[in-house]
Amino acid sequence: MADISIRNLVKTYPGNTEPATKNISLHVEDGEFMVLLGPSGCGKTTLLRMIAGLELPDAGAISIGGRDMTYLPPNRRNLSMVFQSYAVFPHRRVRQNIGFGLMTRKMPKDEIARKVAWAAELLQLTPYLDRYPAQLSGGQRQRVAVARAIVVDADVLLMDEPLSNLDALLRLNFRAELKKIVEHIGTTTVYVTHDQVEALSLGDRVAVMEAGKIAQLGHPMEVYDRPADTFVGGFIGSPPMNFLDGQVADGRIIFGEGASIPAPAAVPPGPIRIGIRAEAISIAAHRPDLVPAVVDVVEPLGAATLLTVKVADQSLKVQIPPSQRVSSGETVFLHFAPDSVRLYDPQTGLGLLASV
Amino acid sequence: MSTLAPSRTEQSDDVPVDLRPLRRLKRNRLLLQLACVAVSLFMVVPFYLIAVAAFSSPAAMNEFPLRFLPTAFSVETMSTFLSSTGVGAGLINSLIVAVGTLALSLVVGAPAGYAIARYVFKGRDQYQLFLLFTRALPIVVLSVPLAELFLNVGMYDTPLAVVLLHTALTLPTTILVTASVFLAVPVDVEEAARIFGCGPLGAFGRVVLPLALPGISAASIFTFVLSWNEVLGATILTLNQRTLPATVLSSLSDSPLTFRFAGGFFLIVPALIFIAVMRKYLINMWGTTIR
Ligand SMILES: Nc1ncnc2c1ncn2[C@@H]1O[C@H](COP(=O)(O)OP(=O)(O)OP(=O)(O)O)[C@@H](O)[C@H]1O
Ligand SMILES: [Mg+2]
Repeated sequence: MADISIRNLVKTYPGNTEPATKNISLHVEDGEFMVLLGPSGCGKTTLLRMIAGLELPDAGAISIGGRDMTYLPPNRRNLSMVFQSYAVFPHRRVRQNIGFGLMTRKMPKDEIARKVAWAAELLQLTPYLDRYPAQLSGGQRQRVAVARAIVVDADVLLMDEPLSNLDALLRLNFRAELKKIVEHIGTTTVYVTHDQVEALSLGDRVAVMEAGKIAQLGHPMEVYDRPADTFVGGFIGSPPMNFLDGQVADGRIIFGEGASIPAPAAVPPGPIRIGIRAEAISIAAHRPDLVPAVVDVVEPLGAATLLTVKVADQSLKVQIPPSQRVSSGETVFLHFAPDSVRLYDPQTGLGLLASV
Repeated sequence: MSTLAPSRTEQSDDVPVDLRPLRRLKRNRLLLQLACVAVSLFMVVPFYLIAVAAFSSPAAMNEFPLRFLPTAFSVETMSTFLSSTGVGAGLINSLIVAVGTLALSLVVGAPAGYAIARYVFKGRDQYQLFLLFTRALPIVVLSVPLAELFLNVGMYDTPLAVVLLHTALTLPTTILVTASVFLAVPVDVEEAARIFGCGPLGAFGRVVLPLALPGISAASIFTFVLSWNEVLGATILTLNQRTLPATVLSSLSDSPLTFRFAGGFFLIVPALIFIAVMRKYLINMWGTTIR
């Protein structure tokens, strides 16, 4: 068990002009489950590989459990990893694949057998223990990679999109299972994903990355509720956060002719961008202080209905209960829950203090 | 609400199955089989004729037409060949040289191939090209100065001298073939081995080498057979410690026809045995190709 401390990591791959990570600092507490979330190519795998020792940083430092690890070879860091590409050993049966890390740690045979059986049971791999990886499906291979990583008693567990190839049902079950396992073994975990549902449901904390930087670091609900900038808000949530451009004047934020909401007291006059989640908007019968909108698309999703509406030529997603009947072309009136309105600078996309 | 539409497949049941593509497929398969047989015959027939001649009595060799079936089976020719002077010693020398060449070229060549496959270093491409230069020189051009060199250092007429020459000849292919073999071993499994506790050597021995074995055995077949069959350099570099082909060659002009066939047969067999043994590593061992 150990904490991970990352200070000012810079890494540029040879031949690239743009660094893959730009001065990243991050502290992962002992036993914490940290999720790295971000779009493809933002440097998640690169950061993970530097923690693992598979990639050496150009500058900066990494220490695990108070020991400097920056340039130590991977086998001397006592960690465990699930690779994005699985990296199971093609020439070893599933049984030997799962037990590999135990074998190199010179664990007695019967103990290895016991732990392999435990992990195989957990990941529903028991029927395949004597197969070669080539005889498994992609999802099964991925589970072998996960099993191989959780059996070893490592200081740090690194996982690079370990659920990406499972079907929806298995992923749902396995996500909960994984949370239980990791809580049980209590290992410090860094988990990479670009699936925001996974990030929010698993993480003790979430680090949202954008183009080699950490855009926001915080508890999942905080990241969801109070995105630090428009990138984070637009990346997290399904549908993503709505953004509306307006002008502040006379204590109101005006989006267009007859469409305005009250502005928080501290906001100076001028252009502004507001962010609001689809579920924080409700529709109501006509009241003069509500925002009129024209319904564009109606998508019934079962548990809720998703509307795409137009407010003064800007598109918005609105989530309403399925009992409320609306048809496209209709004019509706939107109520923005005042606590859920976030304010952003339209130039930089950064959150304004009045809301965050 | 509408009722479920009737399923589409039932309606199109009456469209006849077009069997022509299937027939074409079968015909192509047959043609491929025939081509394989033809190529195999091209290789096997000369070998078969040599074998028949080697196991016929010397008298039968002079008959006309030559027999296609081993009706006059006799081991007389073979035993004469085997008991003639130099053959036993030549065989031993040949084995020493071929195995020595194989070992040396793998020990030197495989790490070089690994380096080319895994590391980016200055001059890598030039190095690969430069490797082939040894093969650009004819063996004679190489051997004569080598003979003088070996004379000076007292290595002339030893199997080691031939091993060194043969290693020089096979090294370029060994390096380039093993480089492509190591290139085919995914880097991530090697990294996984490192993560799960192996040092660089451990990862190589436990993961990379087993995965590279089929390709490496192919390279060794090539090395072994080349060394076994090489005659020019071996003749120049030795006098008494001749390898088998060199022995046979030097006595070829003044030996009977039967001796030549027996020698030819005997030269082919060990190479075939070696290929047969290595074959099991060539075809892949884990169900499918790597990955
Ligand atoms: N071996 C490499 N050589 C050169 N550039 C690389 C290499 N690996 C990654 N990159 C570049 O570095 C950047 C970050 O890559 P990285 O693999 O860390 O992304 P990621 O966040 O893991 O993306 P994904 O979600 O698609 O896995 C990308 O722009 C990528 O093109
Ligand atoms: Mg990645």
